[in-house]
Amino acid sequence: MNLKVKNNKAWFLVLPVLALVAFSAIIPLMTVVNYSVQDIFDNSSVFVGTEWYREILNDPRLQSSLIRQFVFSGAVLLVEIPLGILVALMMPKSGRMASLCLVILAMPLLIPWNVVGTIWQIFGRADIGLMGAFLNGIGIDYNYASNPIDAWLTVLLMDVWHWTSLVALLCYSGLRAIPDAYYQAAKIDQASAWAVFRYIQLPKLRSVLVIGILLRFMDSFMIYAEPFVLTGGGPGNSTTFLSQTLTKMAIGQFDLGPAAAFSLVYFLIVLLVSWLFFTTITHLDNKK
Amino acid sequence: MEWMAWSLVTAIFFIGIATLLIAMTVAEIKHPSVERKGFLPIIATTRGDRLFIGLLSSAFFHLGFLALSESSVWIPFGISILWLICVLRWG
Repeated sequence: MNLKVKNNKAWFLVLPVLALVAFSAIIPLMTVVNYSVQDIFDNSSVFVGTEWYREILNDPRLQSSLIRQFVFSGAVLLVEIPLGILVALMMPKSGRMASLCLVILAMPLLIPWNVVGTIWQIFGRADIGLMGAFLNGIGIDYNYASNPIDAWLTVLLMDVWHWTSLVALLCYSGLRAIPDAYYQAAKIDQASAWAVFRYIQLPKLRSVLVIGILLRFMDSFMIYAEPFVLTGGGPGNSTTFLSQTLTKMAIGQFDLGPAAAFSLVYFLIVLLVSWLFFTTITHLDNKK
Repeated sequence: MEWMAWSLVTAIFFIGIATLLIAMTVAEIKHPSVERKGFLPIIATTRGDRLFIGLLSSAFFHLGFLALSESSVWIPFGISILWLICVLRWG
């Protein structure tokens, strides 16, 4: 017998949220769509159709920014996810040391993005920075302001320093949620540490890892303040990522039409990746 | 509303999207959707999933066409309508 009562009036309870989302997201998004098909002057506008889209899709500067962005996000995931798992596995399971580790891990997450950029700008300086001066002192010619590889490595290292904690904390919570019975069973079977990780911990971490990967991908894909403060997008354009290119276009050059078209392409990419991750999570949950 | 820089084309576009969402809501209330597996790989989908997949893939198809071809945008539009019908019906 189906006792489930359906009351569609409950949907009215979400109206305040819908109104808020409309004002903060939907109306601005609609405005961006309007701008993307027009050439806007001070008091007048001309309908240009898909012209801005054709222009930005064939713009080599944007194409190279997009490639850099994907490479950066890929590199971030390749480093931060395994490192986060490793940190979580090495952390104490309980006691004061566990609490201390959690506090230390949470600290980088509390620092604002632009401050992180400033910290690393000073830290990496070849003349006065602890890391920069040390590397030059031991004979490594390191200068993030003039060498693109050094700039890339510094931006990557900065992101790893800032955000690996998030992955580690997520994994730690996932590991703590595994019932002790699994470990006892593994002990009876004389399973090796690797077998415990491969067949118990890793499968149980799947859900939190998908969330961690999604969060880190989205965040790294939209990175702006940290590389902007650290390298200003240079040397040349070597660390100019998508959001920085977009900002230059919209605010620096005041090309509102192409910037709007570019924003929508950017939005669609983010939407596609979010949907892929959401589908993966749902699919994995259904398979369980 | 002047600051939103409305044009006739974008107004029609958004009215179309809004109409589609209202129609889908009414359809969902009248005939609740059941997940099923069609030609789309791996996942079972509801009617709303198929609409979303159809619209998102159409958007990327339009962008790809604009990047690679100088022809009229009506060509990808027509193909996208057919694709959307196929996804909704058999996806």
